[in-house]
Amino acid sequence: MNLEEYKGVYVFAQQVDNKVDSIAYELLGKAKELAAPLNTQVTAVLIGSNVKDLCGSLAEYGADRIIVVDDPELKDYRTEPYAHALASVINEYKPEIMLVGATAIGRDLGPTVSARVATGLTADCTVLEIGDFPLVPIPGKESEQKHNQLLMTRPAFGGNTIATIACPNNRPQMATVRPGVMQKIEPVKGAKAEIIEFNPGFTPNNKYVTIKEVVKAVKDVADIMDAKVLVSGGRGVGSAENFKILEELAEAVGGVVSCSRAVVDSGWKPKDLQVGQTGKTVRPNVYFAIGISGAIQHVAGMEESDVIIAINKDEDAPIFDVADYGVVGDLNKIVPQLTAAIKAEKAKKNN
Amino acid sequence: MKVVVCIKQGPDTKGGVKFNPDGTLDRGAMLAIMNPDDKAGLEAALRLKDQYGAEVTVLTMGLPKAADVLREAIAMGADKGVLVTDRVLGGADTWATSTTIAGALRNLDYDLIITGRQAIDGDTAQVGPQIAEHLGLPVISYAQEIKVDGDKVTVRRQYDDRYHMVEAKMPCLITALSELNDPRYMTPGGIFDACKAEITTWGRADLKDVEDCNLGLAGSPTKIAKASDKVRKGAGEKVVPESPEEAVSYIVGKMNEKHLI
Repeated sequence: MNLEEYKGVYVFAQQVDNKVDSIAYELLGKAKELAAPLNTQVTAVLIGSNVKDLCGSLAEYGADRIIVVDDPELKDYRTEPYAHALASVINEYKPEIMLVGATAIGRDLGPTVSARVATGLTADCTVLEIGDFPLVPIPGKESEQKHNQLLMTRPAFGGNTIATIACPNNRPQMATVRPGVMQKIEPVKGAKAEIIEFNPGFTPNNKYVTIKEVVKAVKDVADIMDAKVLVSGGRGVGSAENFKILEELAEAVGGVVSCSRAVVDSGWKPKDLQVGQTGKTVRPNVYFAIGISGAIQHVAGMEESDVIIAINKDEDAPIFDVADYGVVGDLNKIVPQLTAAIKAEKAKKNN
Repeated sequence: MKVVVCIKQGPDTKGGVKFNPDGTLDRGAMLAIMNPDDKAGLEAALRLKDQYGAEVTVLTMGLPKAADVLREAIAMGADKGVLVTDRVLGGADTWATSTTIAGALRNLDYDLIITGRQAIDGDTAQVGPQIAEHLGLPVISYAQEIKVDGDKVTVRRQYDDRYHMVEAKMPCLITALSELNDPRYMTPGGIFDACKAEITTWGRADLKDVEDCNLGLAGSPTKIAKASDKVRKGAGEKVVPESPEEAVSYIVGKMNEKHLI
């Protein structure tokens, strides 16, 4: 493998039902940052059926170039035709870096493609940087240190540890990236990208599975990853009914209710609203942690919030170790009064 | 029908995490349990045994003590256990691990291979799909439900906002979610069988169609640059107010200070 042949930062631009997923824009934002020190361009790989219309928005969010693989076999996500599409793009265009979202699609596509093109893949990254490997040269072997490597940082062991990983001898350097972690750029209206249409041919074989039925979950809740303010409840809230006081607070502050895993496990709230290692990563401007003890797996999903306000009756709850403002007290008394006080404060400011 | 379930002895992450000086895991120093997603995969296989008389083989890769997890699986009802262990396989990343396991699976007959979606230590979810790729099999990840009919398997495949009912022709590989089922307990008879059961042990020489350059730490394309305990942002202020009113005025005060209202 001649590593020098591999150029450019590529992003798998995930779309579902011909709508670009937010992760695609997040990856483009990151790819732009990585491309600068490498002095290279950002390419989005768009895979689907009748998806060409989506190129405009990918350009606005930072793609310099878009490779479109459009084929009727690619209508709904299936591992084989998508893996064939992406692996063929990699073999044809030779990217230096290939980023994929760590979604339920990307975590299936990424490993399949990495095995097919025989390279390494680092899962669920939260930090991506360009740097040296090894980080510090080995004395006497300074010349062996490689520069301009993708350094991929990820949590492991349920968030207990973090590891930084490199892929020095294989290309592309592949990573799946946790949704909600990377920042989108402000879209540039009317931005244009070079568009390349590429079709490697799709001939169904034993690996093509048949989709018998597609059942979409009914979405009646706002996406907690987009919320600026989250009012998050834990086991301490006590019951599904008692979430009412959190909903009232959320309404007063213009936020959305989310929750911890214990709440989902108890059946009080749907999994869509779960924050944490096995739920969603969020980073709102304000995160209220109410009756949440702050297990590591929960903290891993919310510690990047700008301001964390915790209310808990247990003075030793670990949530106080990450909270900016911690209040020890009874949430049943504090939350309703806080709602009223914030409403009053807002009314005062509006006058 | 023959089913092979790939299981892993994982560290119980509640017991703390230890590293070797080279940044790889010191698995010997941690408590070990059967990985939860793998256990659900095993239960799914045992249900196929109950229903269709499927023969269930469990396979693991690890240190010699990983044989414990195979005995636990046999005590739950699995028929045979295969342990893949060799010094040269240590420090493997997901590429080298999947290459190794695929090399072992090439020695076995199977209609269905089941793995857990992901392990609780690495959380990567990569090894299952990578094994399928090495063996040229269809893969269905994130299974919430598995039904077998003749030579076809139908799987409820979970996505972020939907599920697909997917049908594949066997042989194929499925990765199981822990919510697939509630795994059964070991039975007294099963524990008795497990103690007597002979575990097949394979080393490097037993792996089929695998090159040395794809094994172990040296054969892993990904390299650890740094591993450490997570450094968390320090705690902020904590107050113990006398009354709810005091608590509220503290919070509102801080929110005003930060222009959050």
